[in-house]
Amino acid sequence: MNILNRLVKSYQTGMLRRILSSFSGTLGLVLIALIILIAIFAPQLAPHNPTDIDVTNRLAGPTAKHPFGTDHLGRDLLSRLIFGSRIALLVSLPAIGLGVIVGIMLGTIAGYSGGTLDNILLFMFDTVRAFPPLLLAITIITLTGGANMLVLIIVLGITRFPGYGRLVRAQSAQVSKREFVMASEAAGSTTTRTLFKHIFPNSIGPVFINAAMDIPVIITFAAALSFLGLGVPPPIPGWGRILRSGYSYIRTSPWMVTFSAIFLVMATLGFTFLGEALRDALDPKLKKSPQLQ
Amino acid sequence: MAQYTFRRFLTALATVFGAMVLLFIMIQFMPGNPATILLGPRASPEIIASFEEKMGLNQPIYVQFGKFMFNVFQGDLGRDVLTHRPVRELVLNALPYTIVLAFTGMGVAALIGIPLGAFAAAYRDSLLDKITGVLSVSFITMPSFVKAIVLLLVFAVILRWFPATGGGEPGNILDQLYHLILPMTAIAIGWIGYIARLTRAVVLDELTEDYVRTARAKGVSERMTLYKHALRSAMVPVVSFIGVGFGTLLGGTVLTEVVFNRPGLGTLIYNAVKARNFPVAEGGLIIAVFLYAFVNMVADLSHGFIDPRMRTE
Repeated sequence: MNILNRLVKSYQTGMLRRILSSFSGTLGLVLIALIILIAIFAPQLAPHNPTDIDVTNRLAGPTAKHPFGTDHLGRDLLSRLIFGSRIALLVSLPAIGLGVIVGIMLGTIAGYSGGTLDNILLFMFDTVRAFPPLLLAITIITLTGGANMLVLIIVLGITRFPGYGRLVRAQSAQVSKREFVMASEAAGSTTTRTLFKHIFPNSIGPVFINAAMDIPVIITFAAALSFLGLGVPPPIPGWGRILRSGYSYIRTSPWMVTFSAIFLVMATLGFTFLGEALRDALDPKLKKSPQLQ
Repeated sequence: MAQYTFRRFLTALATVFGAMVLLFIMIQFMPGNPATILLGPRASPEIIASFEEKMGLNQPIYVQFGKFMFNVFQGDLGRDVLTHRPVRELVLNALPYTIVLAFTGMGVAALIGIPLGAFAAAYRDSLLDKITGVLSVSFITMPSFVKAIVLLLVFAVILRWFPATGGGEPGNILDQLYHLILPMTAIAIGWIGYIARLTRAVVLDELTEDYVRTARAKGVSERMTLYKHALRSAMVPVVSFIGVGFGTLLGGTVLTEVVFNRPGLGTLIYNAVKARNFPVAEGGLIIAVFLYAFVNMVADLSHGFIDPRMRTE
């Protein structure tokens, strides 16, 4: 760990050090590193195949063979939770990425163009935001006839992009008034060049901090949808789905909800701590404002 | 202020209109024929035709849209496909449960969170401050339905102190309160964290202000300085934060309602969506959008009322 630390530090110029300087930042980093390692090495770490059904051994308590017990179909809970980390990351990270990309594009256009186009885009952002996000997601998924990974990523991205779009718009509207943008325009640069060379790089910073803080929110959101039966289809082991079956058998086998809740909370807590440490390291001014989910 | 109110009202109205258009478009793009979805794959062509006739599905799209908007603004949300009861009645029955849950949850959170945050600020870097800090983040981060499930497991399944599901017997207030406690707690816990953190941050900020120094210099006790001066001005952002939070909360009650199998707007929409009972889902969603827009507008207006700078954007 020490050598690794030094290695990374050497080219990360103090960023990592600042994150590690707080207890919660260190905890967050450790938790997230753990989750990512679990996700990468899931096939090696899982003691059983997560989809292997063993009906004679259903809802068994923790034993040496099944450390976390088994679910209602006799599948090994630990293996399912380990593979579930892949689903959590593979859905939430691309969803955030999609939201960020669409938000940045539309937000930059809105902020730079001003006028009618700006108003239209703002109206679009506010319209999407007029729906409570969870209800919007539930509706879209149902209307599209059920979820798969792609639908989930798109739906989660849709619930996120208006927020990022508004943020980028505010930034780029400010940047558009700065001297170097005027200079670029006066020098005869094309709109595309001004946008990509000047507006863009100077207005996307806050979005990335926001997006990092949003990862736990999205993981929760994806788990919530899957808890409601609208997540990745079975037999893929999503954490929310495992929680749901645990919830159904909460009276007879409470360890199912307990262990799956621990995994989910570990991930969300880790990303929150890491996100906050990252934000404080990048922009100490923002330190005080808590985030709304 | 009047101008700001009017402008904000128009924005809310425009947003709601936009949301209705979006909703209508989403329904139009629904794969498959609404008639076969509602009537099942084995419905005969005659039944489908008469259904389309009855629902106006064979009319041009702009007529359908006009009718849709006209009905919405008349308060006619259509009828439940299964029971044929008016959707408006279903929504109006469910709504009080959600509103009570949101209000009591937020109220309890404010009652606990504000003093907790003030304490944490007053005893900055003390053990109490640190514990509050860690607990706040943990409670904020923990997914709401996980909190609900943990409460359900501990207090309803293991300890059996509270009922696990339902909203209580209609008309029996005590029984309804008894059923409210666990879901309310599940909602309140996270918001206690938010409010405590925010209060702490704002109070700490206020404590560096000149008027606090003046109060201290005049010999006002530390306790009075904190509660009478710093906390009072800190209330402005906290209250507006709570207002904005209500909007978020309305969406967030869905999961709590589902976990505790409690009646409410969230459960209504969720169950309707699951049963493909689209008129109910649609009606519930429309009301949710109206409510959401209304709450956000009130939050902005109260914010603008407290802080005039907000009015010029």
